[in-house]
Amino acid sequence: MSSRALKGGAFKALLLLSLTIGFLMLVVLLVDVFRDGLPYLDMALLTNPPSSDPDIAGARPAILATLYIGVLLLLFVVPIGVGTAVYLEEYADRTKWYNRLLEINIQNLAAVPSIVYGILGLAFLVRGLGLGRVLLAGAMILTLLVLPTVIIAAREAIRSVPDSIRQGAYALGATQWQVVSRQVLPAAIPGIATGSILALARAIGETAPLIMIGAVTYISFDPTILGPFTALPIQIYSFLRLPQEEFKLLAAASIIVLLAILLTLNAFAIWLRNRYRRTW
Amino acid sequence: MLFVCALISVATTVGIVFALFLPAFEFFGEVSIVDFLTGTEWAPLFEPAHFGVLPLIAGTLLVTLIASLVAMPLGLGAAIYLSEYASPRTRGILKPALETLAGIPTIVFGYFALTFMTALLRDLGIEVDIFNTLSAGLVMGVMLMPIVASLSDDAMGAVPRDLRDGAYALGSTKVQVATRIVVPAAVSGIVASFVLAISRAVGETMIVLIAMGQQPNLTFDPREAAEAMTAFIAATGAGDVPTGSIEYKTIFAVGATLFLMTLAMNIVAIRLVRKYREVYE
Amino acid sequence: MTMPQLEIRAQEFVQGERVFELHDLAVSYGTNVAIRGVNLDVYKNAVTAFIGPSGCGKSTLIRCLDRMNDLVPSARVEGEVLYHGKDLYAADVDPVEVRRRIGMVFQKPNPFPKSIFDNIAFGPRVLGLKGDLNERVERALHQAALWDEVKDRLKEGALGLSGGQQQRLCIARCLAVEPDVILMDEPASALDPISTTRIEDLMHQLKRDYTIVIVTHNMQQAARVADMTAFFSVDVDESTGKRTGVLVEYDRTAKIFTTPADTRTEDYVTGRFG
Repeated sequence: MSSRALKGGAFKALLLLSLTIGFLMLVVLLVDVFRDGLPYLDMALLTNPPSSDPDIAGARPAILATLYIGVLLLLFVVPIGVGTAVYLEEYADRTKWYNRLLEINIQNLAAVPSIVYGILGLAFLVRGLGLGRVLLAGAMILTLLVLPTVIIAAREAIRSVPDSIRQGAYALGATQWQVVSRQVLPAAIPGIATGSILALARAIGETAPLIMIGAVTYISFDPTILGPFTALPIQIYSFLRLPQEEFKLLAAASIIVLLAILLTLNAFAIWLRNRYRRTW
Repeated sequence: MLFVCALISVATTVGIVFALFLPAFEFFGEVSIVDFLTGTEWAPLFEPAHFGVLPLIAGTLLVTLIASLVAMPLGLGAAIYLSEYASPRTRGILKPALETLAGIPTIVFGYFALTFMTALLRDLGIEVDIFNTLSAGLVMGVMLMPIVASLSDDAMGAVPRDLRDGAYALGSTKVQVATRIVVPAAVSGIVASFVLAISRAVGETMIVLIAMGQQPNLTFDPREAAEAMTAFIAATGAGDVPTGSIEYKTIFAVGATLFLMTLAMNIVAIRLVRKYREVYE
Repeated sequence: MTMPQLEIRAQEFVQGERVFELHDLAVSYGTNVAIRGVNLDVYKNAVTAFIGPSGCGKSTLIRCLDRMNDLVPSARVEGEVLYHGKDLYAADVDPVEVRRRIGMVFQKPNPFPKSIFDNIAFGPRVLGLKGDLNERVERALHQAALWDEVKDRLKEGALGLSGGQQQRLCIARCLAVEPDVILMDEPASALDPISTTRIEDLMHQLKRDYTIVIVTHNMQQAARVADMTAFFSVDVDESTGKRTGVLVEYDRTAKIFTTPADTRTEDYVTGRFG
């Protein structure tokens, strides 16, 4: 084989190696989590509150809290995110400086570390507004965290609705609001839904902001919206900090639960996108 | 009414700025900013208290460095393979797989660093403490690799086909086209992905909180435990520091420093991305 | 009927050595046969033009001559392409070597986003050619009639040149690796008339040292530059509606444009269709 072919082959092998190492590590991570956690994944985990006895400890309050937070999050972030997106795409005058500033603002917010949102929550919601360390505050902060993502996704969805549809509606004498609410938004719903669900999945996995808000690490009763709370990632974190070996394995089991929730959400989002994909 | 929705995002930024910088200013009223930025000891709860932030910055930078050394070569290599060598079918499987892996919550990586990576390093003969920067850095690198790979792949995909054709027509090999034409043409997008990865590494909390340690330690030895800026913020914020105390304000001082660092990097990354999009009309 | 008033420059062409011999060449992409039944010879130091309506496979054909179709996964080449008597598609033939000897200039100028110098130097560098690089670059730019315009700004970016200059740059880039043959796929169709004339004049100069094959949809251009002209047409399959390109007639340019043998050729050159 010529030296050129050898060099070409070596280069390709090196690239493939990079790809493989990366994937391999991630696969090893998942295998490790499953191997540790699967034996501990049982009904007790799902239905029991935590306890100092690893045999009966569960993550029920955390799972419930995560579900509540998820619902609240969707209720908050979808209207605000879609509203902002509609404003930017359909109403805003692109040449005005404040609208451009708005866009830059959203881009920057999307890249702010999640712990800074936690600091924001701590300062304003928990201590400033006096809400205290409650589940509602957690939901609100997570809303702000994923809001830029939802806005960007909603804008994409709205933008992909062809202009001819709008023109047709205007030509019939519809007002701008009617065009938006009756033509554009309904057509953009699949994209908006997909984006929202992916944002939800991301928010559910976030730990740092909730730590700052004061999600407690040991809570044995079911959470309420205005009460102290924990969440699945926080529960995992607290399990990890306990000295007994079994708690580490319980953490792994809880991770499996978390990943299962996320996988379901992601799969749902992809299904939505494929099912309602329209070719104009 | 819709404008009000839009204002919420503005309010968020304003809120962040106020929440960070007001208490930070108060903090710097009590602690000299020079001492803060140049001091090498971080011990806010001791008597006498020390507020030198360098150990925290050093911790953050060390773990970021290790993570970058892992994520950038692996990510770029994977991206070149995906962009120039992989068949469309392989790409169709691998690219979504990469995107999914990028969505794994960071706490899972934290778990992995604490339980698996540290044990692995010890098995390999590297004497690491239970909490150490090396495990955290390596795992963070693995976490960031899909991001670097995905963004670099996008940048290389934007290089027009006729540039590759021109090079092939001159008698170049695939290696030459990939390394001398495509990567240089896509370099601003690739660098943007690097900068974004660094920004993510600096702002990342859970991996360093769980696996790296909570003792500030100004060192270059990654086998020791150290504390990153984000870990400090999380640990302190979760604790019961009285509102308004100097310890409480340290959260904001460090937070403001962190925010400025990531903001600068994000602006650079956005500019770079815009530049590569403009090069090809 | 009246033949078009075309300026035919190559009146007396003597056919010399054969550089390419195509025997029953056919190219398919997947199940679509793009072109078939091509039998022709390309002569040394001649300008050979492929003309015909769009969709007749001229570009596909020219890309067979430097094995650029290898880069398209679904492409399949049948028949024989002999280059100086040797099978171009033999198993032991290295496509990279092929492309070094048979260069290509594309329809849309595609300079690399590098300096003018680095564009021309790219070929010699990646192929590891010996000799003084500066000399090579200068010679190539002279041959492409671009030297005077760029000699003071070799280190500047190539993307800053005008369209016509960029195309001459691409020609110079091709010449820098000292090919045997230059293939041009509609080299002037993206350029203004003045740049087009310069490229056509260039072809007349270059053919003294190189063999040139061009694809063009512009009949007048073929008449102006080509020694030999091949006219292709499209065959439509009655039942499937599939379109396949076929070679209709290949002869000296003068003959094609004044006394073509096939009525299809006559129809095309008189502007009846295409």
